[in-house]
Amino acid sequence: MGVTVSALRMDMDGVSGPAIEISGLTRTFGRIHAVDGLDLVVPARCIYGFLGPNGAGKTTTIRILATLLRPDSGTARVFGKDVVHEAAAVRAMVSLTGQFASTDDDLTGQENLFLIGRLLGLSRAQARGRAAELLGAFGLEQAAKRQVKHFSGGMRRRLDIAGSLVATPDLLFLDEPTTGLDPHSRSQVWEAIRAIVAVGTTVLLTSQYLNEADQLADRIAVIDHGKVIAEGTTADLKHSMGSSVLQVNLDNPGHREKAEHVLAQEIGIPARHKSDPASLSVRVADSASGSASDRAQAALAELSRAGIPVRAFALARPTLDEVFLALTGHGVTAAAEGDET
Amino acid sequence: MTADSLEQSIDVDQQAVRSAVAKGIRASRHGALSAALTFGWRGLLKIKYVPEQLIDVIAIPVIFTLMFTYLFGGALAGSTTRYLQFILPGTVAMSVVVVTMYAGVGLNADVTKGVSDRFRSLPVWRPAPILGALLGDIARYVLASLVVIALGLILGFRPAGGAGGVALGVALAVVFGFGLSWVWTTVGLILRTPNAVMNLGMVVLFPLTFASNIFVDPRTMPGWVQAFIRVNPVTHLASAERGLMGGIVPVGQVWLSLLATACIVAIFAPLTSYLYGSKH
Repeated sequence: MGVTVSALRMDMDGVSGPAIEISGLTRTFGRIHAVDGLDLVVPARCIYGFLGPNGAGKTTTIRILATLLRPDSGTARVFGKDVVHEAAAVRAMVSLTGQFASTDDDLTGQENLFLIGRLLGLSRAQARGRAAELLGAFGLEQAAKRQVKHFSGGMRRRLDIAGSLVATPDLLFLDEPTTGLDPHSRSQVWEAIRAIVAVGTTVLLTSQYLNEADQLADRIAVIDHGKVIAEGTTADLKHSMGSSVLQVNLDNPGHREKAEHVLAQEIGIPARHKSDPASLSVRVADSASGSASDRAQAALAELSRAGIPVRAFALARPTLDEVFLALTGHGVTAAAEGDET
Repeated sequence: MTADSLEQSIDVDQQAVRSAVAKGIRASRHGALSAALTFGWRGLLKIKYVPEQLIDVIAIPVIFTLMFTYLFGGALAGSTTRYLQFILPGTVAMSVVVVTMYAGVGLNADVTKGVSDRFRSLPVWRPAPILGALLGDIARYVLASLVVIALGLILGFRPAGGAGGVALGVALAVVFGFGLSWVWTTVGLILRTPNAVMNLGMVVLFPLTFASNIFVDPRTMPGWVQAFIRVNPVTHLASAERGLMGGIVPVGQVWLSLLATACIVAIFAPLTSYLYGSKH
């Protein structure tokens, strides 16, 4: 157990190749194809984001990777080990922090971590020391002797992540690590995730928050209906749209229909309504008739000629939200909001 | 201090998280038995933190002992003291049998709350959490038995078998309880909520304990009831308890109780293990 830092990470350096290789993975529940022919390669030592609406198959995939669920067909390997046939070896390398707290509510924070330490083969003294170290690192020292049922949501989630780190995982699964947390707690969890990956652990996280994936993930797989429909860095994904987005806020919501008509004629692509009744957005690509910004300016001029007052406008790279919408034909936000109530 | 004020004042220490992870502590695969014992320790902590679960269950045998002894005892056996000698060993059996359902309630709570996801993704022997919890439950069975016996002694129960006979009786009840609890772990993995397990527990266990010879001699009951009572393992357990505490060794009843225990474990332990490994 007394392995030094460098020796161990050297070991890890020896592990070349991807953290996860998934090929043709399927899993059905009754008539629902939760995972439906999923192919994916996740490189080691990065934060990888699974993005998708509720029921897209993110959690099912993670549960298969963590050996909690068997796939119906296809293969999945974690650092080269098959999740079905070499499950014990996989379990020794991965940790899972599930969507619902996997801590024991009746026990104290300290006892939860001590329990995991003992199960992982640490001596009593080692398990006690490790628990104290992690409680300190996660700002839970003062709550160490309180039952977890009295913890706030943010504290519980931090304890849960600490539980995944009692032994250092090569691959850490975080299933919606910040769902339901307030902004402060969310940023706390983000900091912890950044610290974990900085030392060489690969993190696979699922999220319904595009902002979270944008902030944290080096690469993203967009998952919908059990399949990967897009994969790459966030910049890749935004770039794949090949266009910028012109956002226009009107003075008068009553003008929106007319403005929509003008923009559609000028840009050639139908404009999209935003939730604000006075605003709309449209994708603008570079074209023979000019750069995206020239074309946007022309469109704005056309709006003013049509007598539609514009309060504000912006031309920007698409947000992940827009990428997502373009890819799936439906947004994630609505699903995520529905899920949180 | 409230949870909120704690939350505000203390934050994640990124540097400390980094160095804790960098230490690279490795799992060394724990022996199956020591993993199970660790889970047994967890079970004991639960008794400490959730004592009301135990109190609920012990209350039932206590109430029944008092009720039957003082309301019906005189009519059934001529005097309450004589009836107490008859009913008390059976109440020990009853108290243990009723507590067994909490094995299923606890396992179901672990699965539905997500704790078992953590345990199942650790590199430890898969059935260890269940076996460990059942080992921890032994403490509940012993405690439940001792409460009932203590009450009996206060009320005038004088076992002819002495301390040794009583101890053997408790041991047999505990072994039977351990076996029967596998039925509840199976149920706990099939039903959806802890409450559903508890409701089914009541529905099954009350008939099982009443349709036995715990409270009255079944001789006056209709034939079909007697037929059920004869095959009810709780009957054999109660008879064995009565014998052991009464100072005779009812070899046949003891063997029947142990045989029933073995049969239950042989069927339900693999079933539990299969459901735990494959479900969800």
